[in-house]
Amino acid sequence: MTAFKVALSGGSAAHAVASVGAGPALVQAHDLAKTFDVSAPWLNRVLEGKPRQLLNAVDGVSFEIEKGKTLALVGESGCGKSTVARLLVGLYEPTRGGFTFDGQDAHAAFKTPEGRKLRRRIQMIFQDPYASLNPRWIVENIVGEPLKEHGLITDAAQLKDRVGELLKSVGLSPLDGPKYPHQFSGGQRQRISIARALATQPEFLVCDEPTSALDVSVQAQVLNIMKDLQRERGLTYLFISHNLAVVRHVSDQVGVMYLGRLVELANKQDLFATPQHPYTKMLLDAIPKMHDTGRARTPVQGEVPNPLNPPTGCTFHPRCPHVNERCKAERPALLELRGVKIACHAVQEDRI
Amino acid sequence: MSLLQVKNLVVEFPNRRGTLRALDDISFGIAPGEILGVVGESGAGKSLTGAAIIGLLEPPGRIASGQILLEGQRIDNLPYEQMRHIRGRQIGAIFQDPLTSLNPLYSIGKQLTETIQAHLPVNDAEARKRAIALLEDTGIPAAAERIDHYPHQFSGGMRQRVVIALALAAQPKLIVADEPTTALDVSIQAQIITLLKNICKDRGAAVMLITHDMGVIAETCDRVAVLYAGRVAEIGPVHEVINHPAHPYTAGLMAAIPDITQDRERLHQIDGAMPRLNAIPPGCAYNPRCPKVFERCTRERPDLLPAGATRAACWLHAKEAV
Repeated sequence: MTAFKVALSGGSAAHAVASVGAGPALVQAHDLAKTFDVSAPWLNRVLEGKPRQLLNAVDGVSFEIEKGKTLALVGESGCGKSTVARLLVGLYEPTRGGFTFDGQDAHAAFKTPEGRKLRRRIQMIFQDPYASLNPRWIVENIVGEPLKEHGLITDAAQLKDRVGELLKSVGLSPLDGPKYPHQFSGGQRQRISIARALATQPEFLVCDEPTSALDVSVQAQVLNIMKDLQRERGLTYLFISHNLAVVRHVSDQVGVMYLGRLVELANKQDLFATPQHPYTKMLLDAIPKMHDTGRARTPVQGEVPNPLNPPTGCTFHPRCPHVNERCKAERPALLELRGVKIACHAVQEDRI
Repeated sequence: MSLLQVKNLVVEFPNRRGTLRALDDISFGIAPGEILGVVGESGAGKSLTGAAIIGLLEPPGRIASGQILLEGQRIDNLPYEQMRHIRGRQIGAIFQDPLTSLNPLYSIGKQLTETIQAHLPVNDAEARKRAIALLEDTGIPAAAERIDHYPHQFSGGMRQRVVIALALAAQPKLIVADEPTTALDVSIQAQIITLLKNICKDRGAAVMLITHDMGVIAETCDRVAVLYAGRVAEIGPVHEVINHPAHPYTAGLMAAIPDITQDRERLHQIDGAMPRLNAIPPGCAYNPRCPKVFERCTRERPDLLPAGATRAACWLHAKEAV
């Protein structure tokens, strides 16, 4: 047991030194893109003359996350946040671009035998704790599976000890090991997911809406555990959520996505104090304010357009109050303006 | 005079091992034109309260005691056929998922005119005219063309507008909206909430808005009832409940919500979880998690007691304690 712990902590200390010494961020995504082929079946295309249809779920997203920090991605459904998450853990292969983890090209590494080591260091927490735990497995096996799979612990007694420790670290009891997932509440199940993700001592956790399925009081418990674990272990998070209040609570940096592109990437303080992009402003304004009861507001009209047929130029232009001809024709690039990264012609031209 | 009066409502689920009491002595009223929010964690009994009012409790669930009165008339003991006429005509319902509350095989025009004609004596042309007017009222662009479209041709937000139009079809006096915005994105949610609020104010309909989102409640409702383990923990004007919660559970719940306007290092957390229905502790149901628990809480169950501008089921507000 102790030998195992020493080996592991020694390993992660070496990584820490390497990344601090080299300087660059732990996770660097550059021009990450994923296109899905959603065409009709071949026969329909031939007989009915239907065209091939491609959906750009993620269309050129770049960001960096430093070690021990949290980047949050926010946006409405269909904006590609979850696709980014799946790209980062290697569940999808990028169509274009890629990301480097601790200085090595992750998607190239995933394909080699070395990839197993990398996967051990990147883990994921899923949204729905009811769907992401196998109902036929006991908790002990669920949490112990990554340890066995990566060959970290083979001895049964040691495994049991380690699983007990993991359960304790997320506020559950080692005695919960022989129980099945259905015997737990939603919040407890999500903690089991976290324990499983922590089993391999990862450095980078990708959390895809980890608290969206939970009640607020339970959400508070899970968020507190996640923040405590980050402080204790120096974890790096990519946190995906549509809830801006939660994002404000957990993140250091926030990226706002719209139809597969980043429209604004800023420090948390800047983003919430002085949102620049009209879409960020709209999102912030759409949140009901708790202590401002009965305030009338005029919600932004319109909806997210069909990603199969996105608008020309800036994809937000049909809903944007500051639209002009250039916005309709030319796609804005993500530029460093006013101290934040932003993709908006109006901000670039100082119109707003 | 309240439009809807719920008095000491008890809903039970008998099963092999005994009877589970899902709603335990719930009382509240809604005045005409008022929006009452009902909030609580999953399993607190919010949706069940709504289902009991619209007479759609799933067996073996049953109303064991108590009364539900609509304009002074009891509606909890009506035969199915009679209740069917009240449902839709007097009480409209809006559910969480707009896709499952619309029939995918009929055009929305067909569904709307059918509802209108089931409750009002109008001919086909008049019903269609009214359907188009309803769709326009709920903010669907080009309503005259879109009326012949099918539900799958609408986006989530537009579908929920159609569902609201359906609920309003027979001009009901009361609308029970069960998590109407939970399945929608924030920007769409804001649109739907504004619509619901305006349309009900315009028509003078009372609304019972069931949600777990305190933000939505804060923005929309006049009064709010906080449910915990099948009981009303606190009820009162919405700004009072939010800014000066009298029940420790309400206070905990409010503190657990991350605030968009300020940074906090840690969120307040209520330890533990809501008790299961077969293991509700004696006395106040919240006592095992309550930071202010004292001896009486574990022994005696508190009724709703006046506490400032609200009423809270908590012994802290008992006369002799003050």
